[in-house]
Amino acid sequence: MLDLTPSQTVGPFFAFGLPFDGGGDVVPMGTPGAITLHGTVRDGAGAAVPDALLEFWQTGPDGRVPVRPGALHRDGRSFTGFARVATDRAGDYRLRTLRPAAPSGARDAPHLAVTVFARGLLHHLFTRVYFPNHVEANAADPLLAQLDEERRATLMAVPDGGVTGPGYRFDVRMQGAGETVFLDLSVSGAPVPT
Amino acid sequence: MSASQEPATQRAVSAEIAEAAAAPPRPDGHPDRAYRPYRSTALRAPQRPLVVTPPSLTELAAPVFGAADVAPIEADLTRHHAGEPLGERIIVTGRVLDGDGRPVRHQLVEVWQANASGRYRHDGDQHPAPLDPNFTGGGRALTDDEGRYRFVTIKPGAYPWRNHTNAWRPAHIHFSLFGTAFTQRLVTQMYFPGDPLFGLDPIFQSVTDEKAQQRLIAAYDHDVTQPEWALGYRWDIVLDGTHATPPDVDGA
Ligand SMILES: [Fe+3]
Repeated sequence: MLDLTPSQTVGPFFAFGLPFDGGGDVVPMGTPGAITLHGTVRDGAGAAVPDALLEFWQTGPDGRVPVRPGALHRDGRSFTGFARVATDRAGDYRLRTLRPAAPSGARDAPHLAVTVFARGLLHHLFTRVYFPNHVEANAADPLLAQLDEERRATLMAVPDGGVTGPGYRFDVRMQGAGETVFLDLSVSGAPVPT
Repeated sequence: MSASQEPATQRAVSAEIAEAAAAPPRPDGHPDRAYRPYRSTALRAPQRPLVVTPPSLTELAAPVFGAADVAPIEADLTRHHAGEPLGERIIVTGRVLDGDGRPVRHQLVEVWQANASGRYRHDGDQHPAPLDPNFTGGGRALTDDEGRYRFVTIKPGAYPWRNHTNAWRPAHIHFSLFGTAFTQRLVTQMYFPGDPLFGLDPIFQSVTDEKAQQRLIAAYDHDVTQPEWALGYRWDIVLDGTHATPPDVDGA
């Protein structure tokens, strides 16, 4: 095994390096079945985090993981399954996408995989967005099954009425009361300190 | 304002760095998210332990990028404007590998950096150093069949920041990397050999294992240097974990 390259913070000045136009528009406005997901990123004091970057990666409604380039320059037709959005001055982000479905044979309920980057985070955080309507699949999900009700709620998108289709809110609390569940996905599974 | 909110001296921060360095390093080489010398971690590092869970099928795959995403000129940061940027022209090249040493092929590598004066093209950068009208500082490339990437840019300057009094970042280029699984995602920083600021910098020192620190520093490579044109640096990047390679995509 090669020794890995350590992580370093994304810092505060990534705005001209990472976000791209349409980064949150996984599908164009008016796409049948489109949903919006939005929320606020907050720190341990409850203050909005205006310099976070979130990435979302997901299956489509067909339950397939997209293997399709073009996320950085979207053609308006192809579903790439990848979104990247920076928070604004109020700590808010927004994306428009399709509902994920579970791949056949998956133990996991439908979800979006999420990475959180920010100044002050020396190593990004992984989390997931689940949807409350998948009651049975959520009950069987290996991650959700090991969480108590309070922690589980931090991973659940909350329906809140979208503008042009169903809308959901998903807030990220980096630390403290209501802290979002963040994941250790390392292959070894050995617990590591945060 | 309480005393703890006043900016610390370098001496105080250096003592905290030394204290953290005395603890056993993490086996994986990554920094702990809660690292006191880097003040911004205080309210942003989670307090609860990460929840261990197997990666989902989604997380075992990664987005793919191709010719539609990245134009070749994006890898030459000196050619994004009408004129040449000021500073020392450099070539930065290397390979992206997984933990087993397999190349990460046709995958996206993104960089961003300050200009030669140590100033970012960003509203939040208050450093009173000049912007360069011929330098933005963002670049992209795709790795080739061997996992190689190559950027042409200018050497970034060191810059001050407000972590503590007289805090200066060593010169660095920010890198963003994807592997063949979402679990391999990495954002990191590449440094230049021999920088006198290494010992003083909380972000570099957040990697407390000395050997792991060395893996953040590019090597000067005279074989990469081009006569009469640019100095060459080589920096290989190893991503977390080992995962199956998904099918390549046409046009990638
Ligand atoms: Fe920087």
